[in-house]
This record gives sequence, structure tokens and C-alpha cells, in this order.
Amino acid sequence: MGERRTVIPFGPQHPVLPEPIQLKLVLEDEKVVEALPQIGYIHRGLERLVKVRDFNQMVFVAERICGICSFQHAMSYCLSIERLMNIEVPERADYLRVIWSELHRVHSHLLWLGLMADAFGFEAMFMETWKIREAVVDMLEATAGSRVIISTCQVGGVRRDISPELLQQIVKLADDVQRRLKAIEHSILNDYTIKKRTVDKGIISKEQAWKLGAAGPTLRGSGVKWDARMIGYAGYKYLNFEPVVETAGDCYARTKVRFREMFAALDLLRQAIAKIPAGEINVKVKGNPEGEAFIQVEQPRGEVTYTVKANGTKNLEKMHVRTPTFANIPAFLTMLPGCELADVPVLALTIDPCISCTER
Amino acid sequence: MFGMLSPILKNGLGKPATRLYPFEKREAFDKARGQLEIDIDKCIFCGMCQRKCPSTCLSVEKAACKWELNPYNCIICGVCVEACPTKCLSLNKVYRTPVYVKENQIKIGKPPVKKTATKENS
Ligand code: SF4
Ligand code: SF4
Repeated sequence: MGERRTVIPFGPQHPVLPEPIQLKLVLEDEKVVEALPQIGYIHRGLERLVKVRDFNQMVFVAERICGICSFQHAMSYCLSIERLMNIEVPERADYLRVIWSELHRVHSHLLWLGLMADAFGFEAMFMETWKIREAVVDMLEATAGSRVIISTCQVGGVRRDISPELLQQIVKLADDVQRRLKAIEHSILNDYTIKKRTVDKGIISKEQAWKLGAAGPTLRGSGVKWDARMIGYAGYKYLNFEPVVETAGDCYARTKVRFREMFAALDLLRQAIAKIPAGEINVKVKGNPEGEAFIQVEQPRGEVTYTVKANGTKNLEKMHVRTPTFANIPAFLTMLPGCELADVPVLALTIDPCISCTER
Repeated sequence: MFGMLSPILKNGLGKPATRLYPFEKREAFDKARGQLEIDIDKCIFCGMCQRKCPSTCLSVEKAACKWELNPYNCIICGVCVEACPTKCLSLNKVYRTPVYVKENQIKIGKPPVKKTATKENS
């Protein structure tokens, strides 16, 4: 029996994966013994665009690496250029960046939670979480003018301010989202079916996660206390923040990390709004960047790193982005051997795959 | 198992979360970015918007007094609005509607005689 091996292609089009990645799953009966990934279906070559677009225009290209974490991509890019040019961003801009980042985190995690629930057939939860998410996305539109790709970051600060009334509305929204999340918390974290599908599935140990370079909730779900927000970029240096860590390293732990991270994000929103100072929102940028800079930023899916190299002209020489999903693929491939075929979609979703950022 | 009971009851007995779209429309937010508009009479065809546009969807021809926009490549970022020296560009709140044929938006203006003259003098 054990000799009979079957290879099943999982993706690039698959109901649970809205994005194209292919896994060749080698199966023995129903059990996965090996998984070979194939990426590159939608590679866009965005990093290469630095040769064509100037460094200010590149903000909008960076933003399009991923729709869901768009603001954080733009912010990471701007932070790296600001580091090159020694630009001091006004404090209000730092706070506004935190507010938009955390709104993005909440809506990304809600989106993920919906997809996750959908993956094991919990349609009602899918609709419930997306309903909550809608309010968050509406708030992004009310404050920035656009629902997903909000184009508010620029080198030297932000392009739009948020009025005090809107800030109060964000606080109200945070309370409302918190209340609605609390109402479904029990069904997500204690449900028999969800536990059956996630507990002790796809375990990856602390050492493995660290060695394989996992990022974000995948890393923290395995007990590693590392969150790039601890570095204190943008406005995070003014706020109290404790990373959410779970130790089990299984799918359930990763789900729990993301769920609790939403509360942490809502708390950060409230803190930022309570503390935000008045003042300028951007500074004028003169000259061209020169040198090399490296930036780490925590996105909803994990840590993104930007490396930029500039030579004093308006076009950068090189930009390199390491995105969280790309970093999580080795960990994902380590989780797969030994699991059942039916668990593969759930395992895939617990790393929150985003192929558009993997194939930037 | 009964964890979802309260959201389910609320959803069942409360108002629907969706709108009956074509009959009931949502008001656009004040800051919403819908479409790019130009007041061509104020344009001096300096080409600033074209140089700043990140998606290269604008082209300005000074000699022909032509301002051309490909609205389907425009990402509605508003960079051109901020860059325009005469403030003739603006973003309105209405989103683009779907079309069958994607046509460029071409505006022909008058040569900015007076404005450039006063600028050169000052
Ligand atoms: S920047 Fe303004 S004035 Fe200059 S060409 Fe563009 S629209 Fe016309
Ligand atoms: S809004 Fe942005 S993309 Fe559209 S024309 Fe202006 S600069 Fe170009």
C-alpha cells in the first residue's frame, strides 16, 4: 500500500485560494508525503520599475505590491527613502501612519478570518466577519478617499489629514468592532468543529519557525516573541504595545494569534487617537536620495523588509522587497508532510497566503 | 454551538446589512476620490501633471493646446491635482461607470496668451 504514490496538483486555480500558486502534492493514500511549490504565475517585475519611475512615483508602485497591506507597503518604502535622505517626519504624520496601518491590519485579519471560516464551510461566519470588515473599509474610504489602496503616504509624511470628528468616529468604530468581535469570539475559539480542524494540525516548532524564517502570526503562533512593531518605527515608539504570542505552533494557535491581534490593533488605534498631536502632516522633500537603507515593517501577514539603494539621481538603483508570504512558504512546506489531503486548504490559509505580494 | 446564537438572532430580526442597490444609493464620502476633472480654460499646458503622474496616463501637448487623459489607466491618486500650478484639476466624488469602449478623454483649450505674458513680465 505504502508504495502507491499519487501526485495531485493543488492550484493554481483552487476554490480556497483566490490567488495562483501551485503545490504538487505527493500523496500516499490520503496522506501528504511531499509538497513541491511552484510560483511565478503572475510575476509583475515591480521592483524593476525603479529604473523607470522616479522615487516619488515609486510610492504608488510599492503600494500596489499588495492590495490588502497597501498602506504598509507605501509606508515601508517611504520610511526607507526617509532614512536615506535623513528626513524627520512630523509627529502627527507618524500617528496618522499608525492609524491607517492598524485599520489595514484589522480589515486584513477580518478578511482572513472570513476566508478561513469559508475554507471549512462555516459560511455564516464568513458573512459575519466580512460584514464587520465592511465598516472598517468604509472608514478607510471616509478618511482617505479610497477603500483599499488609499494612496495617502508620501515621502516626508502623509498626504491627507484626518479631522477630529473623523478621529472620534474611528474610536467609535473601534468600540463597535470590538463588541462585534467579542460576540463571535466564543464561536471561533471554542467551537468543536473548528477545534477539530485546527488543533494539532500543521505543527511547527519554535526552532523550526525561527530557522525557516517564518514571519508574523506564523512565527508568533509558534512561540517566538518577535513583532517588527517592537522596533518602534513610525508612531509605534510613542505607544504601548505587546506582541501577541501563542506557543502551540498549530493552526489553532495561528488563528488565535490573528484573532487576538485584532484587539491589540483596536487598542493601538485608541491609544494613537488619544495621543495624536496637532501640527504639520508632511515636510517638503528636496534633493535625491543616496546610499543604502534597510527597513522592517510589520504587516498583517508578517514582517516585510525593504532594501533600497540609491545613487543620487531621481531613479533608485535597486529596490528589493521581501514579503511575508514569501518568507512563510518554507514553513508552510514543512507543515504539509504528514497531514491529510483534506487539511491542506486549512493549512494553506493559516499562513494567510498573499500571492500578489509573493510575486511582486 | 450556541455561540453564534446572538449574532444570528440579531441578523435575523434586525435590518439587512446590504442595500437594495440601484434604488437605494449610498452617499459618497466627502473625501472620496472618484474621477479626475479638468477646467481646460484655466490650463496653461505646462505639462507638470504629465511629469508627476505615476501611471503615465496623461499627455499634454503645448503646441496643440491638447490635454489628454486615459481615465482607465488613471489610479486617481491626485498627484496631478497637487502639482498643477493653476489648480485647474480636481477630483470629484463620483466613481467611473463601466463602459464598452475605453476612450481617452481629450480636451482642447485655448493658448494661454495672457497668463504666460503676465508671468514673463513679473
Ligand atoms: S499641470 Fe495643470 S496647468 Fe499644467 S498642463 Fe497639467 S492641467 Fe494644465
Ligand atoms: S490622478 Fe494620479 S494617475 Fe490619475 S492622472 Fe492624476 S497623477 Fe495620473
